[in-house]
Amino acid sequence: MTNNLHAQDALIAVKNIHKNYQRGSETIEVLRDVNLNIHKGEFVAFMGPSGSGKTTLLNLLGGLDVPTSGHIFIDGEDIAGMSAKKLTTWRSRHVGFIFQMYNLIPVMTAFQNVELPLLLTRLSKSERRRHVEAALAIVGLADRMSHYPRQLSGGQEQRVAIARAIVTDPTFLLCDEPTGDLDRKSANEILDLLTRLVQEHAKTVLMVTHDPLAANRAGTRFHLEKGVLAVNSKGEAP
Amino acid sequence: MAIPLIYNVRSIQGRFSSTLVALFSIAGVVAVLIAMLAMASGFKKTLVASGSAHNAIILRGGATSEMESSLELEQIKIIGDDPRIARDSAGRPLYSAEVVVIAALPLRSSGTDANVQIRGVSQDALAIRDTVKLLKGRFFTPGLAEIVIGKHAQETYSGFDLGKNIHFGGRDWSIVGVFDAGGSAFDSESWCDANVLNQAYKRPENLFQSMTARLTAPAALQDLKNAVSTDPRLTVGVKSEIAYYEEQSVMITTLINVLGFLVAGVMGIGAIFGALNTMYAAVSSRYREIATLRAIGFRGSQVVLSFMLESLIIAFLGGLLGALIILPINGYTASTINWQTFSHMSFAFAVTPDILIQGLLFSLILGFFGGFFPALRAARRPIAPALRGL
Repeated sequence: MTNNLHAQDALIAVKNIHKNYQRGSETIEVLRDVNLNIHKGEFVAFMGPSGSGKTTLLNLLGGLDVPTSGHIFIDGEDIAGMSAKKLTTWRSRHVGFIFQMYNLIPVMTAFQNVELPLLLTRLSKSERRRHVEAALAIVGLADRMSHYPRQLSGGQEQRVAIARAIVTDPTFLLCDEPTGDLDRKSANEILDLLTRLVQEHAKTVLMVTHDPLAANRAGTRFHLEKGVLAVNSKGEAP
Repeated sequence: MAIPLIYNVRSIQGRFSSTLVALFSIAGVVAVLIAMLAMASGFKKTLVASGSAHNAIILRGGATSEMESSLELEQIKIIGDDPRIARDSAGRPLYSAEVVVIAALPLRSSGTDANVQIRGVSQDALAIRDTVKLLKGRFFTPGLAEIVIGKHAQETYSGFDLGKNIHFGGRDWSIVGVFDAGGSAFDSESWCDANVLNQAYKRPENLFQSMTARLTAPAALQDLKNAVSTDPRLTVGVKSEIAYYEEQSVMITTLINVLGFLVAGVMGIGAIFGALNTMYAAVSSRYREIATLRAIGFRGSQVVLSFMLESLIIAFLGGLLGALIILPINGYTASTINWQTFSHMSFAFAVTPDILIQGLLFSLILGFFGGFFPALRAARRPIAPALRGL
């Protein structure tokens, strides 16, 4: 459930977030007084037209950008005031990113791509191998470990990206249009996989999408309109 | 842990053709630098090889080279009597009282005149310089206008053939022998009787420019120096022959080295631009990858390090290529003017391990400057837009 009564239990609590950009002398308000609570194990979709602030909100939640004002509590920790250096370390521990264009490193194999986030941990080589193999097994690509991205289909590439996102067992996954570059069949497979991660592995997934079919897979849907978060799909105030 | 090196190695492989510009420009600079340093090193090696640890050279006090020195026969005999000077089987002291003149003789290559160094020596000159061996013919006869020529002098000057006559100092000289001085500066000289040379050039009798003496042992040098410096009859300076020739090489080797680094420095600026171009292209084509690494949690400093390493790898490969290209120059014989004697001197380029290391280090310096700013740009670009390829 995502309402203010349960804010204290929320994994992610966004309080009065504003985000402005400066273009010359003009100030552009991208997000206006956004409040939001998300609980552990939720599958949340953010929808809205282009320029509504979905991606900006996702970037703020992922620690890729900082708000102009307001607070973002994640697992009790306010990331809004963190320095860039602290945010970098925080991201490596708490966020698994999944991008529309997969963003795999083309010169590295599937195994090496998935291993990348683990290089920032203290795990030994053999432990890293075990984690990578487990992540690739979850996404059904255990037999493609030594393949390069160019040797994989779009759907397979996105599954490698999901394995990379889950391999460190982050606090939550951030998906930016994860099916935007895929055909319907592959898109469904990716959405099935994300749903399974939520249902079977208790992952928290936040997804920005334009695709209503994708959004329908989420338990909770938010609509953004000109930087303002509208009521969610359950008719509750965010 | 840092961004894996394999990322950089495979990225270089993946865009190898665009890397070639930086690679070849750095290779060119390193090749030129190594060539210049090998020239200086070869020149020094040739001069230093002329000296022997067993020999002392005696010049007028304060003189820095033979050209500005003069010694009277009386002084030479006093020094010759010193017990630190080695004796031959007949008990005679082993030394050579020497004079040096410069004669202008035509080059084989162009026919134009060039300076050849003619050294008037004593009969014992061969005995005290054991690296000098007669290749052909015989040694000159004392009192006659006969001359033996060094092997490089023979190759360099027109008419320097065994059995022929050459003309200088107002008279003809018969070439009676050719000697090999083991790649030292003597190979570019010609030797004759010092007294006959003095007569030909109408110089005072019994006046010489230097004395080279065989020591009983290298360690005897200091004792000889002490003895000579306390003898009121002598106003001379004593040096080890090796130290003397080392000093003779300082000016020109310093000049060549400075010139080498200057030329390589100027060329290096061009190479740095080549490397900058390659690395900026590498960075701009990989903004999304860099942003992904940053999003995952790699720090900006790790991205800088990664791209610096990539630039250094390219530069090192360029340096290695340059070193390989120029390596065959090792041993190549060239000649130049020895500015101490104003005569032609042949020497072989010497590419030593030290020089190769200097060349490779220079390539790394080029790589550092070529990679630093692109690496900074890679790390400083905002992550969020770059993730979307913006």
